[in-house]
Order: sequence, then structure tokens, then C-alpha cells
Amino acid sequence: MPAAATLETLMQLSYLAAAALFIFGLKRMSSPVTAASGVRWAGVGMLLATAVTLAFMRDASPMNFALVIVAIGIGGIVAWISGKRVAMTDMPQMIALYNGMGGGGAAAIAAVELYGGHTQNIVHLAIATIGGFIGAVSFSGSLIAFAKLQGLITRSIRFGGQKFLNLAILLIAAGAGAMAVTGAGLGSGLPVVSLLFAFALLLGVAMTVPIGGADMPVVISLYNALTGLAVAFEGFVLDNAAMIIAGTVVGSAGTLLTQLMAKAMNRSLGNVLFSNFGETSAAAGGAAAGAQKAIEASDAGVMMAYSQKIIIVPGYGLAVAQAQHKVWELTQLLLDRGVKVRFAIHPVAGRMPGHMNVLLAEAGVPYDLISDLDEINAEFETADVALIIGANDVVNPDARSNKSSPIYGMPILNADKARNVIVIKRGQGQGFSGIDNALFGLDQTRMLYGDAQSAVSQLIQGVKAAG
Amino acid sequence: MIDGVIALYIFMLAGFTGYEVISRVPVILHTPLMSGSNFVHGIVLVGAMVALAGADSTLLRVIGFIGVVLAAGNAVGGYVVTERMLKMFVLTGKKKGP
Repeated sequence: MPAAATLETLMQLSYLAAAALFIFGLKRMSSPVTAASGVRWAGVGMLLATAVTLAFMRDASPMNFALVIVAIGIGGIVAWISGKRVAMTDMPQMIALYNGMGGGGAAAIAAVELYGGHTQNIVHLAIATIGGFIGAVSFSGSLIAFAKLQGLITRSIRFGGQKFLNLAILLIAAGAGAMAVTGAGLGSGLPVVSLLFAFALLLGVAMTVPIGGADMPVVISLYNALTGLAVAFEGFVLDNAAMIIAGTVVGSAGTLLTQLMAKAMNRSLGNVLFSNFGETSAAAGGAAAGAQKAIEASDAGVMMAYSQKIIIVPGYGLAVAQAQHKVWELTQLLLDRGVKVRFAIHPVAGRMPGHMNVLLAEAGVPYDLISDLDEINAEFETADVALIIGANDVVNPDARSNKSSPIYGMPILNADKARNVIVIKRGQGQGFSGIDNALFGLDQTRMLYGDAQSAVSQLIQGVKAAG
Repeated sequence: MIDGVIALYIFMLAGFTGYEVISRVPVILHTPLMSGSNFVHGIVLVGAMVALAGADSTLLRVIGFIGVVLAAGNAVGGYVVTERMLKMFVLTGKKKGP
């Protein structure tokens, strides 16, 4: 018995160390200098916790032990391969997918507790039920978010009374949960537990289908926080301090991150979840002021070669055209000539706040050349050229001045204050949201039509030709 | 055994910790950090392992097995994508990682 108690203590101490490593890792992950080491520290914590759990599974039957090994192998290998292969542009939906899997894991723990009927403790049952409910919502909701960003679901399904239907689903799930908790001792809980999980899964789907693609990052972040919470609840049921701490830390950090993202996108969380926006009601903007004036790539190249300061504003169009590497080549060429080059990143420049930074980092752009909106906006006034690549709404001055514009009030990059503006754009059409852009008609703006990849290649030639 | 009130204390302290740890994170790290916190809740794997280890019927084994597969996917996938993203962040003049 003393030996067993010592082993138990050893296991608990390992969980404690794992929890400390998670917090330390997350702390390091919040600064770009230490971020890469942060995830490795957290990884050490995860390995430790998993290894210790495996080592102390002495009571399990050989069959269950084998099942655990096989299940880890399947889940781990599939996730490893998919994680290594996924393109950086598809990262947001991959995060949604892995997050949904975690929610599913938490829901499965709750299901084992509730179906198993080993616990009569009503507090434990209640917490297992709540955690299982949250986990199941996060699971199905994240899968829908994944399907939407992956392009498997292209429509946002909306209809009148949708909120009331969702409320009804929530109430049925809550009722089934309450019955599962109170009726557990009566031995009649099984159908009720199934009802609980069925409606929790349904709620995750119903909540997510009406939300538009532009708002999806906020939703994924919210589900991330919810999964954390579900994990913490199941940790309490299983008496596992590492799960309680890690789950709660992610729950609160994820909630804060969700708020930060929503703020960066000029949306409130309530707005995202309940207002059915996401795809703007188009064409409410005023007509573009002046006519668009085109420029040849060679002229634009010369202009840039003899500039002192250039600010590049990349948008998602750049990533779609896979032009990040070309842009970095152009940047290096300009830097070698002594031109000051900075990148200005709008919070919604990628498909998720921070996504564009990842894409530029992939191309090799050092992060000290990259500035976010607050840092760089004052600098446009002293810039000789603002080069807009595949971005549109985030540089539309209507957001500052035109009250009738649907994007009025959204924080934008003040590219219109630069002495010259060059816009690389595929054609004369409207942007993602279908709103006219007043920037394109300004006197100092020149349009360079073409695909971002080839247009930037031509610019590189232009700069080289400038001698 | 974690006492009920102790558990509440852990909840509270961990809640504040999570908030503080990322309260000054720059926007450039929002996506990797979300991915990183997504990895951290992959600790659900140990819970799913314990649940499957204690399963004593076919139904429970099936649910537990699915739980472990999903949780392992969360932990491993979350780690791989976070690490891939973060190791690309470099300063001017430093060589890009392999």
C-alpha cells in the first residue's frame, strides 16, 4: 500500500509539472521571440502527462490497454500527417478541426461516465454532464466551421425564427441533462443521456450554420475556449488536476483571445453569434469618386526604386495568388537599394487575426518589418508609396468618412495618406464585400491590373530595370 | 481526491492565470496562440485514456476508443501545426529554420 501511495504521488507530481509547463509554454508563446520554444515546452508537458498516465494504467485489462495504444496510434498518426501537410493558407480550418476533436474527446469522457453509471455522486454527474454538453457543442460546431472554411459548405443557412429554434434545442438538451443527472440512480438514464448528446450535437450545428465565413475566426476561437472549459469540467470528474488547470487556463485565455479578435474585426461577440451579418448587405456604399487610372509595371517599378519609404499592405488576395515569396523578393531588392520597406497588416488581412503574419513568415519576411494597424497608421503620411496587394476593404477611406458605407466605423489602414498609392488588383470589379472603394479613384492612386503573382514579378523586373 | 472547494480555488486561480498570461499578446501572434492554446487542451487525452482504461462494456469501449482517437488528434495535430507556424517567425538577419 505505501508503494502504491508513492506511485500515486509521483503521478500527481508529474501532472503538476505538466500543468506548470503548459502555463510557462503559453507565456512564452505570447512573444514572437520566445514563441517557438514555448510550444516545445508545452509539448514536453504533454508527453510527460501522457507517458505517466500510460505507465500507471496497471489496473486496466490487457484488452483496454491495447485499445488505448491503438487509439492513440490512429489519432496521433492521422493528425501528424494532416498537420504536416496542411498549407499555411488552410491553417484556420485545421485549428477548428483539431479543436473539435478535443471537444469530442471531452464529450466522450462524459458519455463513459454517464452511460457507465459507476458514479452516484450528484455533483460529479452534474459537472460531467455540463462538460459533456459543452464538449459536444464545440465538437459539432467546430466541424461545421471547418467545413465552411474548407469550402465544403458554401451557403449560410438562415431563416426566420432560427434563434427560437436554437433556444428550443438548448432547452431540450438542458432538460435531458437535468434528467440524466437526477435519474442516474434510477437506472433509467440511458435514453435520456443519448437525447442529451444528440441535442447538444444538433445545437453546435444549428448555432454555426448561419454564421458567415468572415466571422468564422471569432467562432473558432470561442469554441476553442469552450473546449478548454469542457476539459476542465471532465478533469474535475476524473480527479485530474492537470486537466482542470490546463482546461481552465485555455478557457479564460481563449475567451480573452475571442474578445481581442472580435475587437480587431470591429465586431462584438453578440453580433457575431446572433445578428446574421457576416456577409454584408452590398451596394449601400456611395459611388467611387474619380475614375480609376492604370499604371504600367515598369513605371511603377521605377517609382518604387527611387522611393525612400514604401509601405506594403498585403491582403488575402496575395495569399490566394501565392505571391508571398515574390513579394519578399521584391522587398529584398528594395531593401538592398536602401529603400525603407514596411509591411502594414490589418487585423483581418488573412482569414483570421494574425494569419497574414504567418503567411509572410512562411515566405521568410522577418517579423520586425511587419507592423500592425496602430503602429503604422501614422507613418503613411511620410511614405512615398503605399503598395496595396490583394487588399480592398481594409484600405477603403469610406470607413472613416462615409456614414452610409456598410463598413463605416471599421478601423482601416490609412493608405490614402501616402504620397502615391499603387493598387495591384485583378480587375476593375468590387472587393470581397462588394463595396466600392473610394481609394481607387483618388488622384494619387494608380491601378496595376493583374494577378498578384505576375504583377509583383513585373514590378521586380521594373525595379531591376531602374538600375 | 480533489476536494470541491479546493477545485473551485484551482478554477479561480487558473482562470486568472490564463487571462494574465496572454493579456499583452500582439495581434501578429493571435493565430499561433489560438493554435497553441488549442494544443494545450489536448491534455483531454489523459482523461480519455483513463476513461477507456476503466471501460467495462462494449458500448463504453467504443465510446472511449473514439474519445482517445479524437483527443490524440487534438494533442498531436495541435502541436504539429503550432510548431510549424511558430518556427517560421524570424528576425531580420537571422537564418530561417529548416
